[in-house]
Amino acid sequence: MENLKRLFSYFSVRAVLLFLTVVVAIYLTIIIANVAGYMDKIKESEIREQVYNMVLADPALQRLPPSELRAILEQRVEIAKRRAGLDKPFFPHRSLEYLRRGITLNFGRAEKMTSDSGSNQVRLILLERLPYTLLLWGVAQLLVFFVSVFLALALSRRYGSLVDRLCVALAPVSAAPIWFYGILLILLFASALRALPYGGFVDAPPPPTTLGYVLSVIKHMILPVLSIFIAFIFFTLYSWRTFFLIYSSEDYVEMAKAKGLSSRAIERRYILRPTLPPIVTSFALMMISLWMGGIVTETVFAWPGLGRCLYEAIQLVETPVIVGATAIYAYLLAVTVLLLEFVYAALDPRVRLGGARRP
Amino acid sequence: MRFLRVLAELRRHPSAVVGLVIIFLLLVMSIYAVIKIPYSEAVRLWRAGEVVWLENPRNAAPKWYNWFGAGLPETIKIETAQAEKAEEALGGGVGRLTYRLSFDFPYQRFPRELAIFFTPTYSKIPPQVVLSWRTPDGREIPLGTRTVRGAERYVLSGDSNLLRRLGRVPEEGLFADPANPAQALPGRYELVLEAYTFEPEADLSAKFIVYGRVHGWAGTDHLRRDLSIGLLWGAPIAVAFGFTAAVGISLIQFILSGIGAWFGRAVDILIERLTELRMILPLLPILILVGMVWSRSIWVILATLLMYGSLGGRKGWRAMFLQAREASYIEAARAYGAGNFRIVFRYLLPRLTPILIPSFVLAIPDYVFLEATLALLGIGDPILPTWGKILRDAYSMGAHFKGLYYWILEPAGLLMLTGLGFAMIGFTLDRIFNPRLRSL
Repeated sequence: MENLKRLFSYFSVRAVLLFLTVVVAIYLTIIIANVAGYMDKIKESEIREQVYNMVLADPALQRLPPSELRAILEQRVEIAKRRAGLDKPFFPHRSLEYLRRGITLNFGRAEKMTSDSGSNQVRLILLERLPYTLLLWGVAQLLVFFVSVFLALALSRRYGSLVDRLCVALAPVSAAPIWFYGILLILLFASALRALPYGGFVDAPPPPTTLGYVLSVIKHMILPVLSIFIAFIFFTLYSWRTFFLIYSSEDYVEMAKAKGLSSRAIERRYILRPTLPPIVTSFALMMISLWMGGIVTETVFAWPGLGRCLYEAIQLVETPVIVGATAIYAYLLAVTVLLLEFVYAALDPRVRLGGARRP
Repeated sequence: MRFLRVLAELRRHPSAVVGLVIIFLLLVMSIYAVIKIPYSEAVRLWRAGEVVWLENPRNAAPKWYNWFGAGLPETIKIETAQAEKAEEALGGGVGRLTYRLSFDFPYQRFPRELAIFFTPTYSKIPPQVVLSWRTPDGREIPLGTRTVRGAERYVLSGDSNLLRRLGRVPEEGLFADPANPAQALPGRYELVLEAYTFEPEADLSAKFIVYGRVHGWAGTDHLRRDLSIGLLWGAPIAVAFGFTAAVGISLIQFILSGIGAWFGRAVDILIERLTELRMILPLLPILILVGMVWSRSIWVILATLLMYGSLGGRKGWRAMFLQAREASYIEAARAYGAGNFRIVFRYLLPRLTPILIPSFVLAIPDYVFLEATLALLGIGDPILPTWGKILRDAYSMGAHFKGLYYWILEPAGLLMLTGLGFAMIGFTLDRIFNPRLRSL
């Protein structure tokens, strides 16, 4: 009972702290995305120009004397500014309004961007791109994760062999980012060999049959998935291998070996079991990294995912979309961190919460 | 002393030796670049536009392409000063100068472009030039007449009259083998310049350039710039940027982790929250925004990066400091009355420097590539040449589609070498310094 209470109080304190961090992060993003209110000046002059063009092109107003025309101009600029919400200052009113919307995940409408179906709801703009990002990055990351964990286990068994040494030697290959391998692979497979497409999601025009469509999408996914795989696999493999090696040199593993247990049983019970918490952590962090996609990778491969959407939003200084994407990421990260602590407590019997008594 | 010991240990690992050689070459390249082409000169050459580079071919491959039997023509320059000159008075103040600019063209591929640079001397009436072309098989092709009013460049390749008359672009039409029009006819060509002068003092000199398809050891880009300057200068910039960012950020985070772990309580909570804040704030979008709205200068980006990096410490390091805090030698230091900062900076931090060093060496490639990433997105430094910017130019000019692979592969290769060099050393240092990995 006392344990449960301590558990509860520990996690509620952690939750409150994490929430505060999320709030600060969202607010900072808002300020950065608005360049501390500087964007207001740009928006205001844009509005002014639009209104001037509209009024001066209106034949009904052209005959008016200059002073009246000026009055009408100013009046319409005021109205347009109020419509865009620029009549209130950025600090604190509008920035706090953005913050409220960010925290409640109610992002409202974008100012310039629209989704491909024509909506300017931030929610729809982001949701529309989500499946593409999940498809590409989900496939690639799951591939990297499972291949690296299982291959690393096999390597740690064959410590010092040629394959093992080769993998250690290849680890520095992961120093280059995904887009770098993307460019090289495009050069090789699309430009030189003309075997695979340069980028995009599906052929244009899309194949009429479902099977053709799926095959075309797969063809477009080969190069990006391969780039992600090459950029990540060697380092991931290296670190998991080292990690398993450290754990398989523990005394209790030697003990199990001495007892004559089969190597599969040793792996399952004595190596994988204690390394489970870090494996779960890295898996969870990998899953939430899917949310942001990859700005550069998706740009290089012209992949219509969230990363590209975010990049477009940044180029248009589209605050609601930037804040929306960041806020969701912040929440996902915070929730995952909190969940991971639960999982750690459940999986790792050594983890004790709060003021556990020392023996 | 300790440094030498580490170096001796590194020599036992082949990959670290390769890494050290790469870094050494990179440093030599950087020093050579900075000494050979001073900063202002590099910026001038890179930013001056086409004017500086008029005599270079556009989009030319590097010379070593020919080692593999590409058979690409080199640029040929012939000046009237070196050619035979015949002067003749035609009476009535009219004179005729004849230059025969002959040259060997031993290639079967067509040149990239043809241009003549004229420099006339006259006071009132400009000289007239009649141009004609003689091929190795003895055909003669008239190229037309021009009035040369001032120092000017006559681009034969862009002459639409000539294009119409030859039926194809002049650099191909003039060189084509009549038996096989898809190839150039190798042999001795001649450009005959007949200049008619109308004043006794009038004169004309000219330079004829047959632009090749190879140039220098690195080739040229769409603005005729010699890529070797950009590639050379990319080295010091990449190393300086990567090193400053990696060392600065690692050191700040290291110190903050140590301070947080030592002081605990409010300080620790604050630093932990900052760390989490950094984990949430997306770095690339922030840098892109700063680059778009504030400044694209590499130093502003570096400063932003350092500010971002100094938000908090690292969770892993904090955990290690928490462990090191309990060590008995620190208790001893406290017993003799050492102050908090003395303990942190003289006892706690030095204890974990073995962890710091591999991590900052491993971080250098990340920042070298970060600069390239930003450049690729169009947020490259506006004046300095960097590898990322060359890559960006190549990419946006469609080097992929035009088959100008050298333009992509050269900066990419240098980026990769730099990344591999530091990463190889970093991984080995990690194995040397990290006691848990030492035996593996």
